[in-house]
Order: sequence, then structure tokens, then C-alpha cells
Amino acid sequence: MERQDTRVDEVLNKIERTRQARRNKFYLRDEHITLSHGSGGKATHNLIEGVFAPAFSNPILDQMDDSARLDIPGMQQRLAFTTDTYVVSPLFFPGGDIGKLAVHGTINDLAMAGAEPLYLSAGFILEEGFSITDLKRIVTSMALAAKEAGVSIVTGDTKVVQRGKADGLFINTAGIGLIRNGAVAGQAQVQPGDRVLLSGPVGDHGIAIMLAREELDIETSIISDTAPLHTLVAHLLAAVGDGVRCLKDPTRGGVATTLNEIALSAEVSIALDEQAIPVHAEVRGACEILGLDPLTIANEGKLLAIVSPEVERVALAALRSHPLGREAALIGTVQAQPPGMVFLRTDIGGTRVLDMLVGDPLPRIC
Amino acid sequence: MKYVDEYRDSDLARSISAEIARLSEGRSIKLMEVCGGHTHTIYKHGIEDVLPRTIDLVHGPGCPVCVLPMGRIDDAIAIAHTENVIFTTFGDMMRVPGSHGSLLDAKAEGADVRFVYSPLDALKIARQNPDRQVVFFAIGFETTAPSTAVTLLRAQAEKIKNFSIFCNHVTIIPAIKAILDSPDLRLDGFIGPGHVSMVIGMRPYTFIARDHHKPIVIAGFEPLDIIQTTYMVVKQLSEGRAEVENQYARVVRPEGNVKALEAMARTMELRPFFEWRGLGFITHSALKLRPEFAPWDAELRFEVPGLRVADPKACQCGEVLKGVIKPWECKVFGTACTPETPIGTCMVSPEGACAAYFSYGRFSMASERSRLNILPVAQAKEA
Repeated sequence: MERQDTRVDEVLNKIERTRQARRNKFYLRDEHITLSHGSGGKATHNLIEGVFAPAFSNPILDQMDDSARLDIPGMQQRLAFTTDTYVVSPLFFPGGDIGKLAVHGTINDLAMAGAEPLYLSAGFILEEGFSITDLKRIVTSMALAAKEAGVSIVTGDTKVVQRGKADGLFINTAGIGLIRNGAVAGQAQVQPGDRVLLSGPVGDHGIAIMLAREELDIETSIISDTAPLHTLVAHLLAAVGDGVRCLKDPTRGGVATTLNEIALSAEVSIALDEQAIPVHAEVRGACEILGLDPLTIANEGKLLAIVSPEVERVALAALRSHPLGREAALIGTVQAQPPGMVFLRTDIGGTRVLDMLVGDPLPRIC
Repeated sequence: MKYVDEYRDSDLARSISAEIARLSEGRSIKLMEVCGGHTHTIYKHGIEDVLPRTIDLVHGPGCPVCVLPMGRIDDAIAIAHTENVIFTTFGDMMRVPGSHGSLLDAKAEGADVRFVYSPLDALKIARQNPDRQVVFFAIGFETTAPSTAVTLLRAQAEKIKNFSIFCNHVTIIPAIKAILDSPDLRLDGFIGPGHVSMVIGMRPYTFIARDHHKPIVIAGFEPLDIIQTTYMVVKQLSEGRAEVENQYARVVRPEGNVKALEAMARTMELRPFFEWRGLGFITHSALKLRPEFAPWDAELRFEVPGLRVADPKACQCGEVLKGVIKPWECKVFGTACTPETPIGTCMVSPEGACAAYFSYGRFSMASERSRLNILPVAQAKEA
């Protein structure tokens, strides 16, 4: 047994050395863009680090946060600036549509920087033949979402492409927000001992979309969780202020991918308790049937807050007292060793590594 | 969640594990779980952590994606690239590397590759696209073969001409035989495949107990299923018995599913031999379409290279599939071969032993666990 252990250690150390050596180097070996590059997981990282980051590199971009934080000469407060493009299929799904999503997504990117969202832009790529009735429905939904969130869509653009060159319509939104004084530090500031809070059940959006594609013939009442999170963030920051180390919304790639990004960037380890992570029973059921892990499924109205241990109780209470955080939970803790990894204590009492999503979440076959 | 949470009770798991430890004290017991679904459950729930150290789980050849040789994937890609073809496949197959890229790459290069959840969905695509040729990439053990058979029968009944099947179905018993006959292996017993047994029943396993004197217990796919199965095998060993037992009685009947077997027999017949990745050629180990179904046989309809491609040299998938080495003992595991850049098939499918091990199991070994000191949230707070 002892010799076996030495051998195990050797191999683990070898793998760990390779991981460490590659940690901040992403390898882009692919010759073509495949769908994996859009999944938000490892392939997306490889693409960003292999193509965009080196070309555009500057101190603001290199922070790699959801929003850029900008110092404006003569202005005391800083600005947050972000952009996002929406290609969801189907365009209408239970709980929302592409327009609502485009407004909420950009608001949330600003909110995660601790900013008060102010203004949005909207760009439309329309396919020849697209129904004006559908377009009106989507635009009305965008207008309503913006109004409810208290932001204005102040500039825009429209392009039309030939039939077959776009899937109905694509939307890009960009947004500007004002960062509150003394706001969130960012993911590099996460420290061992910190607590991981989650604002509510995970997986609703991704599963709602997947089931809305009608390929599966599974009927459920799961609806997308799409929601603007800026009021929840404001509520949390008002309660605990600089006790919040980092805020992230676990969209593509889900909680697993987002926490791995934090662990890599802050060089810490994150240990989660599977049983503490809220998941709606219907989402769990769908994931069981499809062989998916709810922790790698996209959310559009949830946030992860990493907070200092002193403010854990107050922060959790603050989240729970807001309508969007009623089911918030403490799901894990930050540890020092081994850096760059996320672990899960499973329901049955074992432990496992929780990795970033690789490729799209594809269903298992048997 | 009802019918699931009952099978994930950690207190119950611990008490069965203690009983296994008592029965296996002083011994080292090597069990093979034949099915890839079991491998996945074992890693996903960290079951090796819960079992005593006397039990060593070896991961068998039951992942249908992993056992498919590279040449067949090249053939699939060649069909996918044929003009006017819509090539349909289960999602797992998309990323499996052939000798020149995967189906996902073929899709990026312009081939019309779509993933489906059932062969019946592929048939639906054929009905919707009467001017295109729709091919379904049929893979899997006796678990998925019946749905291919039913699809064929329906295509025949509806006289759908623009649909065909690229048949790669394999059968589990010859693979288990090959493993038992392999000289470099020492196994004490088997955790038997649940879904396959639902179709074929319990009788085909009799030879394992009778001729090889090894216990086999057919298992379900929840954590407690596997832990209880381990207990049942260990109990047989401690009592000197070697029998075929059924832990998954809520699903598996002794005679199997007669209707499914009939549908398979009507549409498919055994191939004289078939190549398995890592295990080589095994006689009567795979299925092809019967001559009556030739109009729906993609191998007859399309030109395929049909070349045998040697596995990459560094890849030790074969030894992993036979349980001769553990995934982490492979020369390229975790370094050159990772889920993002798989060299061998075992790293591709989430059911592949290597992928499961890489994603979930890397740090499950005892020596590593003690270093990590992972506590549940409640305890971590007190510490």
C-alpha cells in the first residue's frame, strides 16, 4: 500500500506540475471555430487567451472582469462599461425572450462590478424574412425590461443580412454604469477563509432553454430565472459594504465554471458542500434524465458573492431579505490549498473535483 | 427528490461500508464495474471515498464510445462529408477524435452533423427532409440497440427511403469473456451492468459464475445501489460462493425484455468479428443489419474508407479498458491527454474511465485526501 501511495503522489505531482505550468497559458490548437468555443467553458477561455487578449491587451482589459472599470479625468466616481451579444435559440422561451435577456444580461455584468446601471445601447442583426410582429414583441419586451430596471436604451443600430445568414435575429447590448464609492474589489482579492454565498437555485435558465427546443418532449413548469440583479447587489453592498470581496453571475458554464475562474484568478481553492446548493426539484429531475450537472448549467438571475467570514451572517440575511435572494444559501468556503481548484463534498459523503465545463453540456447516452 | 434521494443517504452508505470493511478485513478485493454508467456514478459521487480501502474498483469496457476503434470514426466522418447527407449522432460521439479530427470538426468544416437524443429523432429528420440522405450513427450495447431496431422496423413499415443506419452496436458478453480470458488480469468479482441486463436478463452471465467461479451482481446506478452491490459481492466472496445475483430487481427481470430482444433479432445479426479499441478483434461481438434491411444499411449505401487505424502510440486506453492499469497510470494521463485535448476515447465520453477520473477522481485517493482536509460547510465554520 505504501509503495502504491508514493506512486500515486508522483503521478499527481506530475499532473499538478502540468496544470501549474499551463495555468495562465491557454492553448489554442484548433484550426476552426467549433461550437465548444461558444460554450463559456475551457474552449472559450482558450479562444480569448489565444486570440483576443494578446491582441487587445491593456491594463483595464487584463483584469478580465465582467465589466471594465474606467477612471474618467475630473470625475470622482469610476465608470463600469460592458458589452454582450445574444444569440439564444429559441427566441421566445418560458420566462422570457431574447430581448429581455439582452437587457438583463448587460445590467448584471454592470451590477457585478458594483455599479448602478444607467445607459444601454442596442444593436440588431436581422435576417431577411424575419417577422415584424416578432420583432415588435421582442423590442417591447426590451423596453419594458429596461423601464422596470430603471435604465435607458440611448443609442442603437440595425443591420439586415440575407436569408440564411443569421438565425432570425441577434442582439448586442452595451452598458454604462456608475460604480458606487468603495465598491466590490474583484476576484483577485478573494482570500482563504472567505465564504461562498449563492443567491438562489441554479440551472433554471439553461434547462428552460434546453426543454424549450422541443427536441426532448419533456413537459415541465421550469421557467428561466432571467432577472436584473442590480437592486439585489445594492441591497447587499448597503448591508456589508467592503465585506464583499467579489460578485459574479454564473451564466454560461454555470456555478462550476465561474468558481473555477475565481479559484484560478485568486490562486485559492474553493470547497463546496453539494447538499447546501439549492436546485429546484424539477431542474434536478431534468438533469438526472439528461445526464447533466446543474452546476454547469447557465443562470441569468443568480449571483455568487464571496464575502469575508466576519460578514457571512449579515450578508446572507441581506440576500434573503430581497425578493431575488429569498432562497440564498451558504454553499462553501475558500481555502488556501491546492490553488486553482474547486472541490465538492458529495451528497453521499465523498469528495470530487468540480472542473470547468468542457465543450457544450452534451447528454449521456446510457 | 423522490426515488432519487432515498438512494443517496450518506448515513446508510457509511453503515453498509462498515459492514463491507468487516467482511473484507485483511483482504484486498478487486472488483470490475463493467458499465460506463457505473464508472460515472462512482466518480460523480466520490464513492471510492466511502468504500473501505480493502476494495479496489477497476473500470471495465462498458463505455460504448470508448470501445469504438478510430477507423470506424473515420468512416463516420467520411459519410458525414458526403454530399447531401445529414449525419445524426448521440452527443457523446461529437468530440471523439478520429485520425483527422472529430465530427465536431467536420461540422465546423461544413458537414451537416446534428445531434439527436434517439434514433427516432433521426427518422423524424428524414421525414422532414425527403430530398436529403439522413444517416444515424448507431452505437452502444444492448441498451441502445433495441431503439435502433424499432427505428429500422418503423422505417421499413413507412417505406422511408432516404434514411440509413451506420451500425456499430456491440454486445457485452463477448467483451467480458475476453477480459476473463486475458492473462494479465486478476479480478475477484463483477459489478454487473444494469441497463444492458434490463434487455438481456440474467441468464447470459451464468458462465462467469459457473466456469470462472467469479461472483457477479447486477447493479443499479445510484450511489447506494453500487455500495449495496459491492456488499453483495463481498458477502459472496466471504462465504465462498460464486453466483449471479440481482441488486437492480426494481428494473431488471431474470428473463430480460423479450420484446426488445425480438426486435433486435428481427433486424440485426452478429458480425463474424469486430474490432474493439484496446481489446482488439473479438469474434461475434457486434451487430450488423440483416440482409432484409440492406436498403437502410449505411455501410452498403455509402463509400467508406473502412481502414483499420492503429491507436495513438502513447495512448493506453486498451490497458485501462481491460482494467490492467488505472487511468492515472497511463503515460499521457492528465498531461498530454485531458478532456480538452483527448488522445484516447476514454478521455472523451463523460462515462470514459479517464474523463471521469480526471474530472472527479483525481484527488480522491487517500493520501491526497488527508492533505486536502475538505470539510463540509458546517464543520469548516467551527474549525
